[in-house]
Amino acid sequence: MTETAIEFRSVVKRYGTATAVAGIDLAIAKGELVTFLGPSGCGKTTSLRLIAGLELPSEGRVFIAGRDVSRDPASARNVGMVFQSYALFPHISVLDNVAYGPVIRGTPKAQAQARAREILEQVGLGGLEARLPAELSGGQQQRVAVARAIVQQPDVILFDEPLSNVDAKLRRKVREEIRSLQRRFGLTAVYVTHDQEEALAVSDRIVVMDKGRIVQVGAPADLYERPATPFIANFIGDANLIAGQVVQGHFTAPGLSLALSGPDGAATVSVRPERIALRAGGDAQVTSVSYLGSRMEYGLDTPAGEILVSRPITEPRFAAGDRVSLHFDPAALIRVA
Amino acid sequence: MSGIFSGRVGLAWPGLFGIGVLALPWYKGGAFTASALVEGLAGRVWLLPLVLTAAGLMALALIARDWRIQGVTPALVGAALVWLLLQGFGIGLRGPALPGIAVLFPQAAAGQPGFGLGAWAAGLALIGALAEVLAARGFCRGERFPAFAIVGIVAALSLFVFFPILRLMSAAFVAPDGTLSTIPFLNRITAADLWSLGCVTGAGRCGVVVNSLVLGILSAAIATGLGLGLALLVARTDFRLKRLLRALAILPVITPPFVVGVAIIVLFGRTGFVTVEVAEWFGVRPGRWVYGLPGILIAQVLAFAPVTFLVILSGLEAINPTLEEASTTLGARPVTTFRTVTWPLLRPALAAAFLLAFIESLSDFGNPMVLGGSYDVLSTKIFFAVVGAQYDLGQAATLSLLLLALTVGAFWVQARWLGRASYVTVSGKSDAGLVAPAPPLIKWAAMAAVLPFVILTVGVYAIVLAGGFVKDIARQDLTPTFGHLWTAFSVEVGERGVQLFGSAWDSMITTLWVSALSAPLTMAIGILTAWLIARQDFAGKRAFEFGTLLSFAIPGTVVGVSYIAAFNVPPIDITGTMWILVICFVFRNMPVGMRAGIAALAQIDRSMEEASQTMGAGGGRVLRDVVLPLIRPAMFTALVYSFVTAMTAVSAVIFLVSARHNMATAYIMGRVENGEYALAIAYSTVLMLVMIACVAGMNWVVGKRRLGRRSGLALPAE
Ligand SMILES: Nc1ncnc2c1ncn2[C@@H]1O[C@H](COP(=O)(O)OP(=O)(O)O)[C@@H](O)[C@H]1O
Ligand SMILES: [Mg+2]
Repeated sequence: MTETAIEFRSVVKRYGTATAVAGIDLAIAKGELVTFLGPSGCGKTTSLRLIAGLELPSEGRVFIAGRDVSRDPASARNVGMVFQSYALFPHISVLDNVAYGPVIRGTPKAQAQARAREILEQVGLGGLEARLPAELSGGQQQRVAVARAIVQQPDVILFDEPLSNVDAKLRRKVREEIRSLQRRFGLTAVYVTHDQEEALAVSDRIVVMDKGRIVQVGAPADLYERPATPFIANFIGDANLIAGQVVQGHFTAPGLSLALSGPDGAATVSVRPERIALRAGGDAQVTSVSYLGSRMEYGLDTPAGEILVSRPITEPRFAAGDRVSLHFDPAALIRVA
Repeated sequence: MSGIFSGRVGLAWPGLFGIGVLALPWYKGGAFTASALVEGLAGRVWLLPLVLTAAGLMALALIARDWRIQGVTPALVGAALVWLLLQGFGIGLRGPALPGIAVLFPQAAAGQPGFGLGAWAAGLALIGALAEVLAARGFCRGERFPAFAIVGIVAALSLFVFFPILRLMSAAFVAPDGTLSTIPFLNRITAADLWSLGCVTGAGRCGVVVNSLVLGILSAAIATGLGLGLALLVARTDFRLKRLLRALAILPVITPPFVVGVAIIVLFGRTGFVTVEVAEWFGVRPGRWVYGLPGILIAQVLAFAPVTFLVILSGLEAINPTLEEASTTLGARPVTTFRTVTWPLLRPALAAAFLLAFIESLSDFGNPMVLGGSYDVLSTKIFFAVVGAQYDLGQAATLSLLLLALTVGAFWVQARWLGRASYVTVSGKSDAGLVAPAPPLIKWAAMAAVLPFVILTVGVYAIVLAGGFVKDIARQDLTPTFGHLWTAFSVEVGERGVQLFGSAWDSMITTLWVSALSAPLTMAIGILTAWLIARQDFAGKRAFEFGTLLSFAIPGTVVGVSYIAAFNVPPIDITGTMWILVICFVFRNMPVGMRAGIAALAQIDRSMEEASQTMGAGGGRVLRDVVLPLIRPAMFTALVYSFVTAMTAVSAVIFLVSARHNMATAYIMGRVENGEYALAIAYSTVLMLVMIACVAGMNWVVGKRRLGRRSGLALPAE
C-alpha cells in the first residue's frame, strides 16, 4: 500500500439542519489524482473545502499527511487550491500573486519571487510576471492560479470545477495540461467536477457522490464497466436498465433470457448502448433514429421496455418503424441491483 | 497586530491577565504599587479570586502544550470574567450595590473606586482568552482573528451601547429618594404633559409625545415629498440644474447644528429680513410665528430633504427601465405607466426615506432647541431634565425610553418591511433600455415643490456665509467686519511664541482631537464589523447584525443620558474625559461604516479571501492584504463621514462635554442661547471650512495611492 496523503474518517458536515456531507470515509494515496463526481448539490465542493480547511467537519476527522487537521484552520494547512473563479488578487501583479504564499509563510521576498518566476516559467507564463491578472486571457489566468497553488509544494492541490470558466473548445487541452502538470510535479490532487466525461479522462480514481454520501469509488474503467448501482450506471455514460429475474444462472425479462451468474431473485441489469448489436427482423421496433456523426443512436420499443442502442456509423442503418432483433454481448450484462 | 494573532499560540492573553492583576494599578487613579494583589491582601479580599485565576491560567499556559484546549480553561476564563464584572458592579464607590455582598464581604462597606489600568488590562486579556478558547473549539472555523474581532466587538457593544441602555432603564425606575420602584416610572410615563391633546381640544398645550409625533410625521412627509420631487427631476427629466441639486444635497452633512435655525430666525424672526420686507409691502404686523412647529419644520425639512432625495434617487435608479418600457410598448400613457409601474416599484424607497426622516426628526435636538419656543419635544425636554435647574435623571431616563421606543419601533418597521435591501445597495443597474421621462404633469409638480426649497436653501446659506462677517446680521447691520472671527480665534504673537486668545480655540482644538481620534476608530470598527457580517459564519450572527444596526436607531439625546447614567459612577467612571466623547462617536457612527463596507464587500468575490487563507494567511492578514485594498473607497466614505459627524454632532455630546473638554457644537449652542448669533455663525463658517479642508486633504492622501484595477472575473462559486 502506498502512503496515504488524505484521509476522511466518518466526516459529516451540517449547515444548520441541512446535511451537506453525510458521513464519508475515504483514503487518497500520495501522487494520486482523485475526482469527486456527482450531480450538483451532492457535497463535492463541501468535501473539497473540508480538505482545505475552509470548512471544519461537524463530526469525524480529516487527516492530511498523517496529521489530524480536523480543527486546524485553512491557514495552518499546507494545501493549494484552484478556485472556480481563479480568485487571483486583482490589485497585485502576476508575480506577486504567485509569490504571495511563500511570503506569507516567511520566505524572504526576493527568494519567494525567484521561486515564483521559476514556477511561472514552468507553466508557460514566462515574461508575463509584471502584468495585472486582468491583463491576461482566461486560460492564462487559470495557469497563474495553478502556479500559485503549487508554488509551495502543497500536500495536496484542490481543483473546484476548474474548467467551468474555460471555453468549451479549450477544455480538453486545459484538462490535459492539468493532468500532465500533476504528473510532472508528482502532486496529490483532488478534482471536483459534475461532468462524467471529464472525470473519466483525468482521474486515477473517481469517487462518485450522491446526496452527501460516497456511492462508489474506483478507476474510470471500473466505474464504467462495473457500476455498483443503477444511479452510477446512469450517471456515468448511458445505460439501459432492465428489470427481471435471475433463476439458476439465467437472467430473464420479457422476451429475454441471458446467462448471468449470481444468486437467484429479482434483479436489475445495466447494459451499455454500444454493447447491443442489431439485426433486421425481430420482436423489437425502431421508434427513433439519431444521426450523431460518429455513431447512430436508435430508440427501440421491446418487450422488456424501451432500450437505447448505439452503433458505429459504418454498419447497415435502420429507419424508424423497422423491426429488429437485439443481440447482447453476455459480458456486457452488469447486475446493479 | 499580526505579532499577536499569527504564529505562536496566544500566550499573550494569560500574560496580560497576569500583568493586569500583579503589576498595574487596579483602581482608577491608583498608584502603580496598588495592584489587585496588593489591594486584595490589604483588605479588598474580593480581588483575590482574580489573582488566583490569573496565576492558574498563567501556570496552565506555561505547563500545558496548548492551554487553550485544556478542559479547565473555559471554566477559568469564564469564572474570571464573571467575577471581574460581578465585583466591579457589586461593590460601588460607597459600598455594596448588590444585596448579599455585604454579608459575604464585610470589608466592602468601605467601597471601591472605578476600574483602573489593571482592571482594563485584565478585562481585555480575558476577552482575548475567551476568543482563543472559542477559536480552538471551532468557532469561526478555528480562525483566531475573526474570533477575537467578534468577541471584542460584542464586548464593546455590550459595554458602550447595551449596558448604558440598561442603566437608563433602571434609572427610569428610581424614585427621587433613590429607591427602586415602578411607581415613579408609572407616574412619569402617564403624566399629562406627555400625552395631553390640549391643543386640539382647545384646553391648553399638547403633550411632548404628541408634539414629537406630529413634528416627526409632518417633517418626514414633507421631506419625503420634496425628496421625491428632487429625485424625479434628477433621474427622469432633462432639468438643467441636476449637478447643483446633487451639490446642495451634501450641504446639510457639513452644516453645524443651530446655524440653520439661526439663519431661519434671521430671515423670518420678528425683525427678520423677510418679515420686515413683507411687513413693509403688505402691511402685515410682524409676528413670532416662526418659533414653534413652523420654524422647526422648515429647518428639519431643509436638513432631511437631501437625505430622502438620495435614498429615493437610488431607488429610482435601481428600477429596471425595461419594465417601464414594456408598459409603454403595451400602449400605456406616460401617466399610467408612472402610476402603475414606477410608483409601486418606488414605494419601498419612499417608505425607507420616510422612516429615516422620521427617526432623524425625533432625534433632532439642535433645531427644536433654537426654534422651539414653547413647542416642547422629547429631545429638548430630556435635555432640560438633566441640564436644567432640577437635575432629574429619573425623568430624563423615562423620557429617553419613550423616545427610544419610538425610534426603535420605526427602525424595526423599516427592517421588517424592507429587509436587507435597505442597507445593501446592490448596483443592479441595468443598462438595457432607456429610462422613461417623467410625464409633464409630474415634472411641473416636482418643479413647483422643489423651487421654494432651493430658494430657501440658497437664502439660508447666504445668511450662513455672510452672517459671521457683518456687524449684526440679526438687526440688519451689514457693515463688514472680522470682529466676530477675532473674538473667537484671536492669536497673539508675543515673547512666549504664538498664544491662542480667542474664546473658541479650546473647543476647536478638542473638537479636532476628538474627530481625528474617533474617525479612524469608527472606520476600523465599522469595516471590521461589515467584514464579519459579510464573510464569517458564526453562531448568533443575526443577533449580532441586528445589535450593531440598532445603535443607529438610538437618538443622540438618549445616548447622552444613558452615558451619564452608566459612566458617572464606578466601575467605569469616564465622564469628564475626552475618551467618553471619542467612544460616544465611535459607537454612534459605526453603522455607517458598516453599511458602506457591506455594500462594498457584496461586490467582491469571496474566494479571493479563501485563496489567501489556503496560502497561509490568518484572518488579520487576509483583511490587510486582500479585503482592505479592494474596499478602499468604502473605507474613505466611512472615514469622512465619521470625521464630519464628529465635528457637527451635538445631541449626545451636549451631555458629555465638560469644562476641560468642550466641543465646538456645544460652544456654538452657548453663543446661540446668549443671542450672540454673529459669533455662532462665524464659528460655524470656520468649522465648515476646516471640514472641507480636512476632507480634501484626506481625499488627496487616499487618492494618491493607485487603486488596483478589478479583475473582470467575479463569478460566484457554485
Ligand atoms: N455555506 C452553506 N450554507 C448552507 N448550505 C450550504 C452551504 N454550502 C453548501 N450548502 C449546501 O450543501 C449541499 C452541498 O453543497 P456543495 O458541496 O456546494 O455541492 P456541489 O459542489 O456538489 O454542487 C447543497 O445542498 C448546498 O445547498
Ligand atoms: Mg460545487
